[in-house]
Amino acid sequence: MKAIKNLGLVIFLIGLAVFAAVPVLGTFSLDQNTFDEIVKEKNIKSDVFIQSINENVVGKDFNGMLSLSPTISSALDAANNQHKKNKEYNKVIYTSGHDMAALVGKKSGTGFISQNKGLMWFLSFGLGIIGALMFILPNVILLGKKGIKNDGVYHDSATNRGWIAWLVFIFLVSFYLILYFRPEFAVNWTFLVDPISESLSGNPAGHWFVYGFMYCTVMTVMAVRMYIKYRHNVYQVVRTTSVLFFQIVFAFLIPEMMVRLQMPYYDFKNAFPLDYDFFFQWNLKELLNSGGIGLFILVWGIVLTLVIVPVMVYFFGKRWYCSWVCGCGGLAETLGDPYRQHSSKSLFSWKVERWLIHGVLLFAVVMTGMTLYSFFTESSTIFGIKTQSVQNTYSLLIGAIFAGVIGTGFYPIFGNRVWCRFGCPLAAYLGFVQRFKSRFRITTNGGQCISCGNCSTYCEQGIDVRAYAQKGENIVRSSCVGCGVCSAVCPRGVLKLENGPEEGRINPTEVLLGNDVDLMDLVNKK
Amino acid sequence: MEHIVIIGNGISGVTAARHIRKLSDKKITIVSAETDYFFSRTALMYVYMGHMKFEHTQPYENWFWKKNRIELLKGFVTAVDHEKKTLILAEGKELAYDKLIIATGSKPNKFGWPGQDLKGVQGLYSKQDLDKIEANAPNKEACNRAVIVGGGLIGIELAEMLRSRKIPVTFLVRENSFWNGVLPSGESEMINEHILEHHIDLKLETNLVEIIADENGRAKAITTDKGETIECNVVGLTAGVTPNIDFLKDSGIELGRGVKVNRFLETNIKDIYAIGDCAEQHEAIGNRRPIEAVWYTGRMMGEALAQTICGKPRQYSPGHWFNSAKFLDIEYQTYGWVFSERSKQEHESHFHWRHASEKICITASYHKDSKKFLGINTFGIRMRHEIFDRWLTEERDIDHVMQYLKDANFDPEFYSHYEEEIISKYNSVMQTNLSVQKKSWKRIFSKA
Ligand SMILES: Cc1cc2nc3c(=O)[nH]c(=O)nc-3n(C[C@H](O)[C@H](O)[C@H](O)COP(=O)(O)OP(=O)(O)OC[C@H]3O[C@@H](n4cnc5c(N)ncnc54)[C@H](O)[C@@H]3O)c2cc1C
Ligand code: SF4
Ligand code: SF4
Repeated sequence: MKAIKNLGLVIFLIGLAVFAAVPVLGTFSLDQNTFDEIVKEKNIKSDVFIQSINENVVGKDFNGMLSLSPTISSALDAANNQHKKNKEYNKVIYTSGHDMAALVGKKSGTGFISQNKGLMWFLSFGLGIIGALMFILPNVILLGKKGIKNDGVYHDSATNRGWIAWLVFIFLVSFYLILYFRPEFAVNWTFLVDPISESLSGNPAGHWFVYGFMYCTVMTVMAVRMYIKYRHNVYQVVRTTSVLFFQIVFAFLIPEMMVRLQMPYYDFKNAFPLDYDFFFQWNLKELLNSGGIGLFILVWGIVLTLVIVPVMVYFFGKRWYCSWVCGCGGLAETLGDPYRQHSSKSLFSWKVERWLIHGVLLFAVVMTGMTLYSFFTESSTIFGIKTQSVQNTYSLLIGAIFAGVIGTGFYPIFGNRVWCRFGCPLAAYLGFVQRFKSRFRITTNGGQCISCGNCSTYCEQGIDVRAYAQKGENIVRSSCVGCGVCSAVCPRGVLKLENGPEEGRINPTEVLLGNDVDLMDLVNKK
Repeated sequence: MEHIVIIGNGISGVTAARHIRKLSDKKITIVSAETDYFFSRTALMYVYMGHMKFEHTQPYENWFWKKNRIELLKGFVTAVDHEKKTLILAEGKELAYDKLIIATGSKPNKFGWPGQDLKGVQGLYSKQDLDKIEANAPNKEACNRAVIVGGGLIGIELAEMLRSRKIPVTFLVRENSFWNGVLPSGESEMINEHILEHHIDLKLETNLVEIIADENGRAKAITTDKGETIECNVVGLTAGVTPNIDFLKDSGIELGRGVKVNRFLETNIKDIYAIGDCAEQHEAIGNRRPIEAVWYTGRMMGEALAQTICGKPRQYSPGHWFNSAKFLDIEYQTYGWVFSERSKQEHESHFHWRHASEKICITASYHKDSKKFLGINTFGIRMRHEIFDRWLTEERDIDHVMQYLKDANFDPEFYSHYEEEIISKYNSVMQTNLSVQKKSWKRIFSKA
């Protein structure tokens, strides 16, 4: 068993190494026809740029993106500079150098990778999946009897912020940086999944398709790990299945199929304001131009946020979204589960959390207000502030850096819910409802708590669960995503997630059940 | 300002301090020798097993004490001079008090076994014991076998700890079945099976005779009263605990096994009180023991004593008994009283149900004539404390409990339910024809 595990690890690492090497490999050779197509498609009017590419790129072989990308970027910068100097604004190219390089790269990939997509897919994704499963599956036997399996979490370098954790951190952060800021290096990855993309949407894969596919793959493999680890806990098994289903079907398959059917790309479960660009002009326009389905999506999106989300939170707590449906939550609960203990439980963190998350919500709401104002009045500024630049700032700071790079990249160091806890505006909104108008609570079982701290340690949202439990008080916190792990790890059966009458949901206590009844009456009545 | 001094920063001392602070402005000092800050003793095992770091066992952040004006003094109290109202600390320092609370907890029992003080022989009680076990048994290479002496709650925890590092464990238990002085036989047998499932070498009806030293004064083997010699590097002594009160021997404070207290938790000397594991009631309360060495009791005594200290005299009068533990993977809860065959009284009858394949069972006890419900033990099913507390107060009969068992279930959502199975066995054993009632939020949350 141990041997299978180790072999699996080796295979996984080979897959990972191939995946990590692919971005800088490959040959690109742009031919004249393809470049003309790009010029037409992108409506490029810069003669300077066209000439420069014709001279320096077309017909030449480039070894790897590292040599192609700077050539294109510098050609583009030089052209733009010249046009700006000559005030030829209609010739300026607004596509960034990186996107342009990605586009050229995608169309001109000729080397081994783009010609052996299936094989390369197998050597990267395939080996990764096989290796990971070989590493995970023997746990069915190795972990022994079913029950809580946290032995050695704090002895293992991977889960105790050791060197493995830091390597994972570097890998994840780099991955997100490439995805958001250097898409040209993702071009070779897109080749690997082209066949899959083509079979779904009919189009070749872009780098977001790589991300989507990887997301589903990683979640599926790590869900297998969850199933094994929590096989005694039906709540965890059901929840994991749910979150996996919504990711694969709603976030991945349906949007791709919709593209095939000439419909707008839309994830029906992605609610505003997590889906922060839902009201952006380009999106509204696209929806309004897409006929019945576009209109339906528009109405659905609004109803989802204003009615469905709060009503469901009233009945079930925010968990129905955050740990049963949401994609970010889904990754956090699968890939992120080994790191859940790293969320800080200090009062200080809680303060930071409240400022940050509510700040982001405010930011999202103000931005959307400006967006809608601009949309309806067709003026691009409000009080002299450009709506577009506010949107860009949000997309960069919140959408890319916070949600992506920090949100997932920092898993191994700050825990798996950094984004959900500190940044997600939807979580902030759901949190208000959960805190003030909901039937959900975590019931504390009378006086049974022994203050051991397992619950707090494993709360991914950094809630000091014990602080409530040891007082006999129910946990009603806006940030609780209802993952149920506090209840699972409690060795004394103290915690139960449940939906019940609102009355008595919040029950501050000083003296706990089991003591003198008169004393309890005296002290606890407020 | 009155100065309240508390010896011991365990659950009892700290609870008293917190509540005194809530009720008053008195000066509070906690003196303790073990650690700088209060930690949860019950969680020691999880640190060794790698579930938590030691800092996670501390229920309050370090700023808490200053903010609440609770002074912490690290030091060992060697004597109490009640005439001068002064404590003598180890380095000869003195500390004056106006009122003194003794909350010094327990220490592991040692029954004078030959070799009990050798290197590699230890109990599991304190932070120092945790450090010791980490040093004595870091892994299975350094520790080829450990022998644990004493089949109680701490013994099985120690066994689980060592097994988490794959260290072979021999577990000596005096009784003929695990913890059957407390648990009824069906449950005790189920735990025996579970211990074996975890590859722990359980030796029932076996006592330690001697611990044998190697040339460095380290334990290298033990012998049992069955004539067996077992080689080992670590010996865990977990045969119960005794109050930690040696330093009070000549203090004039009345001592039995523990510090003798009345229902107000007062000792024989004015302004000196004792709570928690180290306190011994003159007379046992109800079915409780005179010394109750459990977490909950320490806390409840702290809650009650704070009232008394703050001018609202209040007896320690605990409500219905409850307790919980975990045997390896099996959670155990108890509400009310269920005695083992060895200690139960003649009027107490039991109804026992055990799942056909899973390690799940319950035992409900009732008065054999009136059918009054007396208590329940559950293994592998969580129950709602509030509901059982209410049923005990209302003196429900066992039929009622069986019918409304769903109200009491506290397992996580989507778990299998066993009420139907339980009641059908109940019906067939008791010749009744009861049926399971649906769970009702209204009943659960109605305040009786
Ligand atoms: C491993 C383990 C697991 C347990 N699990 C459970 C459980 O699951 N459920 C349960 O109900 N109970 C459990 N218990 C029992 C429970 O922990 C004790 O009942 C409880 O901690 C007692 O609290 P206390 O405040 O009375 O004393 P303690 O927690 O023992 O605190 C007393 C403190 O006083 C200090 N002290 C003693 N003498 C002096 C002195 N002369 N000068 C200065 N300081 C001194 C000690 O060093 C110690 O720090 C467990 C105990 C152990 C050891
Ligand atoms: S409080 Fe419990 S259920 Fe809520 S997020 Fe934390 S661990 Fe999950
Ligand atoms: S895990 Fe359970 S017993 Fe431990 S502190 Fe949390 S609620 Fe209390």
